[in-house]
Amino acid sequence: MFNLKRTNHKPWDYRKDISGCGLSGLINTNGKRVSGEVITRSIRTQHDRGNGLGGGFAAYGIYPDFKDHYAVHVMCDSKTALNNFESFLKEVTVIDQQERIPTRASTTIRNAPLLMRYFVKPDLEADNPLFDKGMSEDDFMVRMVMKINLDVPGAFVFSSGRNMGAFKGVGYPEDIADFFRLDEYEGYIWTAHNRFPTNTPGWWGGAHPFTILDWSIVHNGEISSYGINKRYLEMFGYHCTLLTDTEVVAYLLDLLIRRHGLPIEIACLALAPPFWNEVNRMEPERKKLCEAIRMVYASALLNGPFAVLFAFNGGLVGLNDRIKLRPLIAAESGETVYMASEESAIREICPDPDKVWMPKAGEPVVVKLNKTE
Amino acid sequence: MEINAEGICYRDLNRMIRQAVSMGEQSIVLRNINGQRYIGNGIDSKIKLVVKGTPGQDMAAFMKGPEIDVEGNAQDGIGNTMDDGKIIVRGMAGDIIGYGMRGGEIYVSGDVGYRVGIHMKSSDEKNPVIVIGGKAGDFLGEYMAGGMIILLGMLSRTDKNVPLAGNFLGTGMHGGAIYTRGPVDKHSLGRGLGIREVSGQDFDIIMPYLEEFGRQFGVDVSVMLESNFYCIYPTTHRPYGNMYAY
Repeated sequence: MFNLKRTNHKPWDYRKDISGCGLSGLINTNGKRVSGEVITRSIRTQHDRGNGLGGGFAAYGIYPDFKDHYAVHVMCDSKTALNNFESFLKEVTVIDQQERIPTRASTTIRNAPLLMRYFVKPDLEADNPLFDKGMSEDDFMVRMVMKINLDVPGAFVFSSGRNMGAFKGVGYPEDIADFFRLDEYEGYIWTAHNRFPTNTPGWWGGAHPFTILDWSIVHNGEISSYGINKRYLEMFGYHCTLLTDTEVVAYLLDLLIRRHGLPIEIACLALAPPFWNEVNRMEPERKKLCEAIRMVYASALLNGPFAVLFAFNGGLVGLNDRIKLRPLIAAESGETVYMASEESAIREICPDPDKVWMPKAGEPVVVKLNKTE
Repeated sequence: MEINAEGICYRDLNRMIRQAVSMGEQSIVLRNINGQRYIGNGIDSKIKLVVKGTPGQDMAAFMKGPEIDVEGNAQDGIGNTMDDGKIIVRGMAGDIIGYGMRGGEIYVSGDVGYRVGIHMKSSDEKNPVIVIGGKAGDFLGEYMAGGMIILLGMLSRTDKNVPLAGNFLGTGMHGGAIYTRGPVDKHSLGRGLGIREVSGQDFDIIMPYLEEFGRQFGVDVSVMLESNFYCIYPTTHRPYGNMYAY
């Protein structure tokens, strides 16, 4: 665990700002890539929604040269942790490229852990201790990430998808973007987060986004049902190690959408289901569906206030809790769709959108990438 | 006077505005506003502010007198605990508009978000009013203790099937009145509320605000009156008085 006292917070220079986390995201539906500089300008507009204790980004389409490899981003608090991590990774995967994640010297981002990335393919040989016969590559990667985050002291995998990556740490997001040189990356989906930690520590692993495979999530609010969700996920082999409620959402998405095969809209119905009194007024078929989802996925329900953006290689989704206790606004301009906590964050990078709207509570805004073939 | 607010932090911007007001400035145009918070907060003279762009959270909080004309959409929390004056939004506005508002008037041409008019209140001297040209999200007038909300649903950008007001309408409301142009679904109403069709005296109450809305946004009052209006009112001052008494 990193020393939590080593943050940028200066108690002697504290002027209170009423805050909640800030979100911003964009997707070019035709897969055209834009520089990380764009999303950085957007999230910077919402600077005052955070307090410098967490900022982060997820970017899709950034590793075209390694698009079939899993890009493993890891943070380690010591050389020993890194060595232990590396020898384990070598044992279970084939590493085709490894490097330090490029960073820029920064006056605002201090005490960064060791940050490395590896482009790997699972080594599915018979002597791989993590591999079970018939397991998919994705299942293997999930098991590997869980194993590392649980059992390798001081090492945390914070990104593990194909052709995407998460970049995060303790600091304001615009400083984190500068630190990770995000202006040098191009992606067709970007999400960004400005953190104001309330219930859990502001440490490098606790910054958003949270990811597993290519699922990434940024969140404003709090998941009051964290305990129930966490125990439910443990039954399926997911372990929450990052000390923050939002982590459960990343794993729930993987479980519900990838493993159980639910369509995104149905998965969202499980995460933010309509109230029973609404269900009772529905058409019989819809009612039956909603009742079934609520019964089967009772433990996947996210209680508490939230606005989230989640992304995967195929799209971007915005979702609010059922009574909209956190803000979310969306806009569209040509082939690009934007979502953010505040409209100004969208206007900063798209001054005159074709359409601006306020998504309804509990109703996901699902934007899928147009098929390229 | 004019202020180009591009790239200016809200603290500096609001300092500039307050300084100009203290020097006797009567009218300030703010250009290139994008996300700056707290514009016009606590100003207690009858100046005029024109906001060009998208003002940030809590615009006009504790405001006592000014008129703010927003040429764009407004974000969340405008008119928070506002005491007097007028806000005109030529576009949409976000959540918790007029939170705890105790005086003055807010006119929004388009749709508004969730919890608009929450905790609005009135006194012997003051009766706050919010007029909405579009539709409203859930919890309109939640815990409302006084004042008036007029919901027209005429200038909405939402689909036709989106209801005029969302669910939990007037939940916990125990004072004031919500006027809607057209009916609302019974199931969306909070507990302890009555609804009646507007006629006679009620029209005298809302007419000045309909006329002002019409003047601001170019809507003919006679067109507004083509539909029936309904008044939602509390039938008790303590709708949940027995909730915890067994």
